[in-house]
Amino acid sequence: MNQQPAKPQKPQSVRRKFEPWADVSVQPLIRFQNVVKRYGDVVAIDGVSLDIYEREFFALLGPSGCGKTTLMRMLAGFEEATEGKITLAGSDLSGVPPYRRPVNMMFQSYALFPHMTVTDNIAFGLKQERMPKSEIASRVDEMLKLVNLRGFEKRKPHQLSGGQRQRVALARSLAKRPKVLLLDEPMAALDKKLREQTQFELMDLQQRIGTTFIIVTHDQEEAMTVADRIAVMDHGKLVQVATPAEIYEQPNSRYVAEFVGDINIIEATVERVTPGDVTLKSDMIDAELRLSQRADVKTGERVAVALRPEKIRIGKEPLSEVHANCAHGVVYDIAYLGDLSIYHVHLDNGFVLKAAKTNLSRQIEPPIDWDDKVYLSWTPDAGVLLKS
Amino acid sequence: MAPEKRSLFTRVTVAVPFLWLAVFFLLPFLIVFKISLSDDAVAQPPYVPLLSLSEGWAGLREKLVLLDFENYALVLGDWLYVYSYLQSILLAALATAILVLIGYPVAYAIARSPRGLRPILLLLVILPFFTSFLIRVYAWIGILSREGLLNQLLLSLGAAAQPLEILSTNTAVVIGMVYSYFPFMVLPLYAALGRMDDSLLEAAADLGATPARAFWRITVPISTPGVVAGALLCFIPAVGEFVIPDLLGGSDTQMIGRTVWNEFAVNRSWSVSSALAILILLVLLAPILIYQRMQLRELESR
Amino acid sequence: MAMRKGLSPVTVTALAGGLAFLYVPLVLLVIYSFNDSRLVTVWGGWSTRWYRGLLQNQALMDAAWVSLRVAAVAATLATILGTLAALALVRGGAFRGRTLFAGLVYAPLVMPEVITGLALLLLFVAIDFDRGFWTVALAHVTFTMCFVAVIVQSRLLTFDHSLEEAALDLGATPLRAFFSVTLPVILPAVAAGWLLAFTLSLDDLVIANFTAGPGNTTLPMRIYSQVRLGVTPEVNAISTVFIVVITVVVLAASLAMKWQQGKIEGR
Repeated sequence: MNQQPAKPQKPQSVRRKFEPWADVSVQPLIRFQNVVKRYGDVVAIDGVSLDIYEREFFALLGPSGCGKTTLMRMLAGFEEATEGKITLAGSDLSGVPPYRRPVNMMFQSYALFPHMTVTDNIAFGLKQERMPKSEIASRVDEMLKLVNLRGFEKRKPHQLSGGQRQRVALARSLAKRPKVLLLDEPMAALDKKLREQTQFELMDLQQRIGTTFIIVTHDQEEAMTVADRIAVMDHGKLVQVATPAEIYEQPNSRYVAEFVGDINIIEATVERVTPGDVTLKSDMIDAELRLSQRADVKTGERVAVALRPEKIRIGKEPLSEVHANCAHGVVYDIAYLGDLSIYHVHLDNGFVLKAAKTNLSRQIEPPIDWDDKVYLSWTPDAGVLLKS
Repeated sequence: MAPEKRSLFTRVTVAVPFLWLAVFFLLPFLIVFKISLSDDAVAQPPYVPLLSLSEGWAGLREKLVLLDFENYALVLGDWLYVYSYLQSILLAALATAILVLIGYPVAYAIARSPRGLRPILLLLVILPFFTSFLIRVYAWIGILSREGLLNQLLLSLGAAAQPLEILSTNTAVVIGMVYSYFPFMVLPLYAALGRMDDSLLEAAADLGATPARAFWRITVPISTPGVVAGALLCFIPAVGEFVIPDLLGGSDTQMIGRTVWNEFAVNRSWSVSSALAILILLVLLAPILIYQRMQLRELESR
Repeated sequence: MAMRKGLSPVTVTALAGGLAFLYVPLVLLVIYSFNDSRLVTVWGGWSTRWYRGLLQNQALMDAAWVSLRVAAVAATLATILGTLAALALVRGGAFRGRTLFAGLVYAPLVMPEVITGLALLLLFVAIDFDRGFWTVALAHVTFTMCFVAVIVQSRLLTFDHSLEEAALDLGATPLRAFFSVTLPVILPAVAAGWLLAFTLSLDDLVIANFTAGPGNTTLPMRIYSQVRLGVTPEVNAISTVFIVVITVVVLAASLAMKWQQGKIEGR
């Protein structure tokens, strides 16, 4: 019995460098130009201009009421823009009803037709196109294979679990091979584990079939996981459109910095500006603040420094020879998340800084405990300067 | 700037019923109004003037001048007619009040009963409504008459020395109305009570309210719109009731529905009966508008 | 005292009392239709003679046939119009004249029948439309369509709107979306509306009195003319037939609808 375990296959690298937005020669697939949507006095979309490229997995992120769903519904054809233009592959979409657009939507409630079988649900869109019966049958089969629901053809929606229903909804919306697939908070109804699994399945699927996916979500972790680019929205306006890394590490405003992930915001005044860095003084931190960043600021200007908790080093030993980008205080609260711990540190002057540290060793006794005196420091490139 | 596109389908779904109702509901009322301003004549049709363009615009204008409010003056000046209106309102109001009193406990009972039982109970309440209205009123004749079953019961029990004269009185009319309109009160009430969240009562109990106080302070106020809807749904048509006063009422019953019919069929005065009808509408205008507003508001809120 | 959900002695009494109040008169009616004696005061023993007499009563049979035809036609038209009206109110959005439209749809629900009947008759006379089968039928359509509208409207409000949007999104025109998705799902409500319109038409006396033509006497009209002469066992007999037929139809219909609904929702 000397059988060696099979050698693991070298994983195929699925994601290559994909940045069509950086390439000037590539035309966007979808273009919103100064789109405004008004309902009477209420402005739901306030002048949005946005380009979305082919094969992108794009996320519209924001809190309830920010306009992300309205924007998506305008693309689907259920709302018309009050002002501005929306084009898809060059052609203007205004006045085009939803049943004539090469866009399909996966609804939050799945919207499966309760009186039809799985097959009939998926075939519905194809029947509207007057596709020949044999072709419909093979396409439906292809879709069921895609979402792993072969064998469920004759079932009705009420005979399926939540996850299965979601997959039928997905298959149905992809059956017509649309240019764009819109996903309206598709994972809102799933529990955490299933959600994570589904996120990766969706990304995988999107890569394989190459359709442009646009997902609407209020869950920033979800957007960060699946999207190539994220558009963060607030009150009908686009605040920042960038890759997840850029959104996280280079937020362009307090709103984005605070919306995505945990953050420390330090109000400061600019003391000195050089071509390579900025020195600031703050009431909240005793020490000087130094940022190695090129910033368009003047001396005396009031700004904010955004500092992610995981970028702050925290320890019980006092720091010698460090006179800038440091602070000390007492731990007054710890959020233990298993993989890391977030320490809420009360600085001597009363301000609170949050520092996160990975729990590298398996200790039940915490390395840093409540009421411990701790010393914090960070590098000059750790913070981001935000104009107030 | 793209305006809201109204698809052909939507336009048709609005236009078809709208046209029908405009022709078969709105237009007739305008005609009734016009005839109420006319005079009776021995002709076919029995009223003048007949408005038409057969004599040109001038002829039309001549005829229009003949219209007047004579019939209204006649009706309002005659105590008998006015009494008829008052009696109708009084009896309808009385019936409605009784309906609220006995309908509320029944609706409440159904709303509080186990979920599986509710559709069956509702069906039991609605079922008599599907059987003929006429038949159900007729059934009461057999019960309330002098030789009827109620009197037989009372006499045999010794509860009454003489047979009660209930049939052919206003009492019988009220009983008949309460009986006939029962489902119309129970259903809207049940809808309002059924929609009430149980957790409201649980919260009240948690905060120290006795069941009785929870009922008066919470259940009753919340179900009030349902009571109003049911009351309007019963009161308004009851005012113009014809069958019940005709079959169960007596010589002192002069509800307005019967009066209109009499004027029309017996006295053959189309113009007076039209005027009577228009006046009924005016009397009921406020309740009808309130009811419309309630319906529309409920539609909007959902 | 525990907060018990469900029936207390008071509510049970109320319920029993209410149902007794509703059903006792009907039960008595049925019982006396089997009374061998003509008089209500005397119980002559069980007999079915009045039922046998019914079938020979040509006038009654003719009237029943007229009523059934009118009701079938009126119910079908009313269901179509009422469903359209409900669609317009729930899905039509804010269109010009919506308040007036809603007013026209809801008004017949409460309008005293004497007024509606008179108004319709005067309309027919004014346009010189001879009274006959169609005047009754059209009149019945007009006052029953609002009941259908209310029932269908109620169902449409709980209907998941995203189902229609999904159909549109997948390429169906609004018309096709209605027939393939909306209608099949709301069908039980539409059917209930038809049934209600049918029974309302079958049952109507006042409006028929105004709008029926000679030779088109409906069953209620015939019964009414007999009833005015007093309580007669023949009327009891036909009433019982009516009650039994309607009860069977309504029970069958509600069972069928429950079964249909169950098929769709898997309950």
